[in-house]
Amino acid sequence: MLPFLLRRVGVMILTALTLSFVVFCLTNLAPNLEKLARTEGSVRMSDEAVDSWIINNGHGGLMITRYGQWLGVVPGWTRTDDKGVTRGRCITEGVTAEEAPRFCGILQGDWGTSTVFREPVAKTISDKLASTGWLMLWVMLVMVPVSLIIGVMSGMREGSRTDRVLSTFAIATTATPEYVSGVILVVIFASATTGISPLLAEWGWIDGRTLFLGTATSAIDQITFWNFALPVMTIALYGIGYIARMTRASMTEVMTQQYIRTARLKGVAFHQVILKHALRNALIAPFTVIMLQFPWLLNGVVIVETLFNYKGFGWTLVQAAGNNDIQLLLACSVVAVFVVLVTQLISDIGYVFLNPRIRLS
Amino acid sequence: MEPLSWPMIFAKMAVQFWPVWLALIVTVALSLQFRRRLGLYGKLFDSNVGMTGFVIVMFWVFTALFADMIITFDPIAQLSGLKNVVPGTPVPDSDQWYLLGGDHLARDVFSRVVMGARRVLTIAPAATVIAFMVGITLGLPAGYFGGKLDTGLSFIANLVLAFPVILLFYLLVTPEIRSTGVPIALAAVLFLFPVIFVSVLLNSRYFTTPARRNLYVGVALVLGLWAYSGLAFNADPTGIWSMDPNLLNVFVSVVFVNAPTVFRIVRGIVMDLKSRDYVAAGQTRGEGAWYIMLWEILPNARGPLIVDFCLRIGYTTILLGTLGFFGLGVSPESPDWGSTIDDGRRLLSIYPHPAVVPALALMSLVLGLNLLADGLREESMRD
Repeated sequence: MLPFLLRRVGVMILTALTLSFVVFCLTNLAPNLEKLARTEGSVRMSDEAVDSWIINNGHGGLMITRYGQWLGVVPGWTRTDDKGVTRGRCITEGVTAEEAPRFCGILQGDWGTSTVFREPVAKTISDKLASTGWLMLWVMLVMVPVSLIIGVMSGMREGSRTDRVLSTFAIATTATPEYVSGVILVVIFASATTGISPLLAEWGWIDGRTLFLGTATSAIDQITFWNFALPVMTIALYGIGYIARMTRASMTEVMTQQYIRTARLKGVAFHQVILKHALRNALIAPFTVIMLQFPWLLNGVVIVETLFNYKGFGWTLVQAAGNNDIQLLLACSVVAVFVVLVTQLISDIGYVFLNPRIRLS
Repeated sequence: MEPLSWPMIFAKMAVQFWPVWLALIVTVALSLQFRRRLGLYGKLFDSNVGMTGFVIVMFWVFTALFADMIITFDPIAQLSGLKNVVPGTPVPDSDQWYLLGGDHLARDVFSRVVMGARRVLTIAPAATVIAFMVGITLGLPAGYFGGKLDTGLSFIANLVLAFPVILLFYLLVTPEIRSTGVPIALAAVLFLFPVIFVSVLLNSRYFTTPARRNLYVGVALVLGLWAYSGLAFNADPTGIWSMDPNLLNVFVSVVFVNAPTVFRIVRGIVMDLKSRDYVAAGQTRGEGAWYIMLWEILPNARGPLIVDFCLRIGYTTILLGTLGFFGLGVSPESPDWGSTIDDGRRLLSIYPHPAVVPALALMSLVLGLNLLADGLREESMRD
């Protein structure tokens, strides 16, 4: 087990380094830096001024050394201008050139400053991640039980009417990406002119004008059923179909096994067979799928946060990318890649733990 | 003229779609007539799920083909006074209606959705085909030879797969990145694989008869490299093969996202199939490695690959919609469904129709593809 784990973690670190380097290169391309110079310096700078701004602010030099500085394994740049003022990567306000640390990258916990939000990136990211954490939590709480129940119900009697209905539902949800289901859900539940809200309001069943709120902006301060139901439903819906189909496939396979037949022939009641014999084995595969669903959830989060204007991690990513906020975008990418890699690792390890038939050499 | 009621709107739309109905009836009738002679395709008509999926997909394919005959207005024409009008509003100075209303720029939603089908259905299948060729060309040797080649290629594939798709799109599909030449470099690499695939395929089959081999491989190379120069570098002297830089950027990123998954699937299948007896028989007969991979293993792997192909077109459609939704790499005039949804969502709770119509269109196409894949899977398992 230990060698497997070490090798797995080693590959993971290598992947993380390679990916962060690729992202670093793609965000620090010459046109992006030029745009940064024009927004941070002045719009009417001449091309020479732009070039010197880029070099004076430490964006010149080799890509790999700049990456090293950002990571914190290469000493941060310093530059003394004509007036004898020394500026540098690690020299912030209130710190003299002599006191400043030599290294200041993400390994030292210095994520840089966001040009959009005008605050340290680390703060932005942790705030927004907390908001998104709530969204993810609710999505998981809705998505996992619902999809497992649907999958087990349709898989335990393959070909039955329940199976047909539930499978069709599952296929339909996998065919509905978040930006489609979000739009449809808003029109049905959160529009004052269409859908069911006008009817309900007319009958006096709801107090407000709509059943749910079409934006989740207020959910940052306080999460309520009213403002959070639609974003959570939108993300969960796409995942439900996929996990349910995997659970169904694994359940139908388990139901054809010898030990299930033996249990049935012994005279064990059907629901006992399902709960005691089939379920545990059938849930191994969906576990992996649920874990690997995280990267997709990230996608859903970006779309839904944009659609419902919920200012979380996904919304921040869009803002960073749209406004050429290099440090923030880099930090977002690192977090996203980290989440993906860690979930992959957990899914691998969990699979081995859950499935005693796998023996690692 | 009076505004139309909903039943009248649907009736008018059904009439507008007449070439599609005609083509559908002909296709289904012919297929049902000859289904016993059509192999897997014919068997599709034995399952209700598969047939439903097939009809939905073909509906959109024919819509894309006959889009010019179906549309009622120019999809980018803006008619004054028809901004955000409700479905069924008559158009002044003409005998037509805005069947599904007008959008925020007073364009006809119905015509835009129909034209959008053409755009989606040209990019998505083409990108999927290229992604499959890349995945197959790399996945076959990785699975067959294993070893260092496999480790290296798998590592690269996992790298791409560890990227959240949206992030990759934001990094790859921006106007800035086009000036650095990254999309062209990616295109240069990715578009080379179809040429390699076809050449190796023909070479391994005919290398025992050099005369025919030279002819076939030569023709394939000339045609392939001609298309390659035009599509990747826009350097085709005759100008037949060319691609809008915006489109190239979108196309390449979609291929780039899809190819690693195909690679993994192909690799997995090959690792499973290479221990079969017919592969051992081929090896003892002295067949070349590429002949065994391309002409013995690949045909036997077709079942899961065809199923995945259908699913992947749907997935690519979703990805293209995502790109449009974020306004990446598409011109504002473009009628593709993703950007139309994006335009419509701003006024969603007041005027839902400009966003809902393309949303339903996209959903039905992907649903059709998923059902088709399900039907194919069921039928191919019965073989």
